[in-house]
Amino acid sequence: MLSFVARRLLIAIPTLWAIITVCFFLMRLAPGGPFDGEAPVPPEILANLRAAYNLDQPIGLQYLNYMADLLRGDFGPSFKYKDFTVNELIAQGFVVSAQNGLSAIILAIIIGIPFGILAALRQNSVVDYTVSGLSMTGIVVPGFVMAPILILIFAIGLKDTPFQLPAGTWEGGALKHRILPVFCLSLIYIAYLARITRASMIEALRQNYVLTARAKGLPFRQVVMRHALKTAMMPVVTFLGPGIAFLLTGSMVFETIFQLPGIGRYFVQGALNRDYTLVMGVTILSASLIILMNIVVDVVYGLLDPRVRYE
Amino acid sequence: MSILDIRNLNVRFATQDGEVSAVNDVSLSLERGECLGIVGESGSGKSQTFMAGMGLLAANGRPTGKVLFDGKNLIGADEDTFNAVRGDRMSMIFQDPMTSLTPHMRVGRQLGEVLIRHRGVSEAEARAQSLTMLKRVQIPEAERRLDMYPHELSGGLRQRVMIAMALMCSPELIIADEPTTALDVTVQAQILDILRDVKERLNTAVILITHDLGVIAGLADRVAVMYAGRIVEVGDVRSIFADPRHPYTRGLLACTPRLDEAGAGLMTTISGQPPNLQRLPSGCSFHPRCAHVTDRCKTERPLLEVVGPSRAKACFVDVKAA
Repeated sequence: MLSFVARRLLIAIPTLWAIITVCFFLMRLAPGGPFDGEAPVPPEILANLRAAYNLDQPIGLQYLNYMADLLRGDFGPSFKYKDFTVNELIAQGFVVSAQNGLSAIILAIIIGIPFGILAALRQNSVVDYTVSGLSMTGIVVPGFVMAPILILIFAIGLKDTPFQLPAGTWEGGALKHRILPVFCLSLIYIAYLARITRASMIEALRQNYVLTARAKGLPFRQVVMRHALKTAMMPVVTFLGPGIAFLLTGSMVFETIFQLPGIGRYFVQGALNRDYTLVMGVTILSASLIILMNIVVDVVYGLLDPRVRYE
Repeated sequence: MSILDIRNLNVRFATQDGEVSAVNDVSLSLERGECLGIVGESGSGKSQTFMAGMGLLAANGRPTGKVLFDGKNLIGADEDTFNAVRGDRMSMIFQDPMTSLTPHMRVGRQLGEVLIRHRGVSEAEARAQSLTMLKRVQIPEAERRLDMYPHELSGGLRQRVMIAMALMCSPELIIADEPTTALDVTVQAQILDILRDVKERLNTAVILITHDLGVIAGLADRVAVMYAGRIVEVGDVRSIFADPRHPYTRGLLACTPRLDEAGAGLMTTISGQPPNLQRLPSGCSFHPRCAHVTDRCKTERPLLEVVGPSRAKACFVDVKAA
């Protein structure tokens, strides 16, 4: 197992290198530059700026310098957020995004999975149709529609009631200010988890060994929890792995709507601003997380099913 | 009192294309220590008869009639009543040992949980008894197998584990549903030996569901032949094999390949297909495939009638005369 993880981590290095390299040159190929603005910058100033950020060097040299900095753990200065290094921006933003993301995942797991199981156990009942219907709604209604509706209800409709929730404020991350964004963030994951769990649990309950377990006289609860659940969790884990990586790196939509100081907004802003170093930093972070989570998923497979063995 | 007494059992499945009559008016009884073989083609209702008795029908299945286990009717009983009996006094061995054991649980735990459930013993006690049971079903290196997962065992070993699991609480009745079908011929014989040993030493009643007449001949005391959800002939094994009275039983026996008839050429088959259980033929369900069919067979359904000492058949035609 340990050697499997070590080998997977080693293989991740060339993968990450390829991502970094492709991303680096793609960014430079895109038209425009970090210092383009509404008003054209005088050529002398532009030349000075480019020199200050070493953009006047040949691209090959820039690449080598960037890679050398990366190896030291230095993501370089941000082009747009002056006085900040990319390391600082990511460190600040990632804390917020990761906290919200983690809360959203936990919420999604404790709501989505039990309701999925419940729907599977009462297949074609009112409970099942309700869960399936709600989760379908959660999947098809986009976040940028759901979030304003919830803001309308909880921030405006319930104004001056005990149920009012603030939206668009952060207050250093006070609990009350996190509720709406985290809930919005988790909604689609609750919906997907409920659907996936329901489908895989129905499948698991059809297995012959579930019949064997019932024929042994085990109470149905034990049949489900001990014999069916592990098998049913395989597709859930497959979904959760990359899902966690995406959630931890923040959501552009919700961080914009709720004005959260996370890193989700850097994805788009960085790209629009041609903030080369910031885009690279965010890309490397999310690529590493996705690679890491996929390794975690493979390890969890082994824990769920002994037939999955790693050499 | 019979350990199992099935009276006028019917099983219907509600499907999207209409109702399926899987079991039709089946009555059977079984004494303690007796082995009853149930033969029939796929879809003849032989498994569903006993799944109904175990309360293990699919959700769309509806049983009517009575299944008296030790005098107590189980049809319509609630899940708790079934759970108290299943695995304890009555247990089941399934056809496919490759898929019938939980893949992510160690063999020892799967065996032990039966005892923990029904006898309330400790983990350690359950493990000790599991080991004894694995030895009884002649599993070599039993101690080591306890900590293995099912996929680490061969098909024959897994079926022995299934049998051991069924025996954990010394049940009064074992229902073996095609216990040897998925196994190699040599392994089949070993599994049958184990079942015979159980039956003789523990006085356990055994229902042996199979389409393999050889298996029946080796183990069963009596045999019931099922066709289209009905029993068409029942009696003790020797007399039925020696002198089958129902055309279907005769057909089944004739279909069995023999090694001692050199150059027999083509295998004998029963022409036609088993009937669609949603639209059973009028009269005798077997009449479209029967070589001895009469006009009466097409309109009137023959009932199971006694035709000799402990023998009955459901057929108007006297096959010998025909």
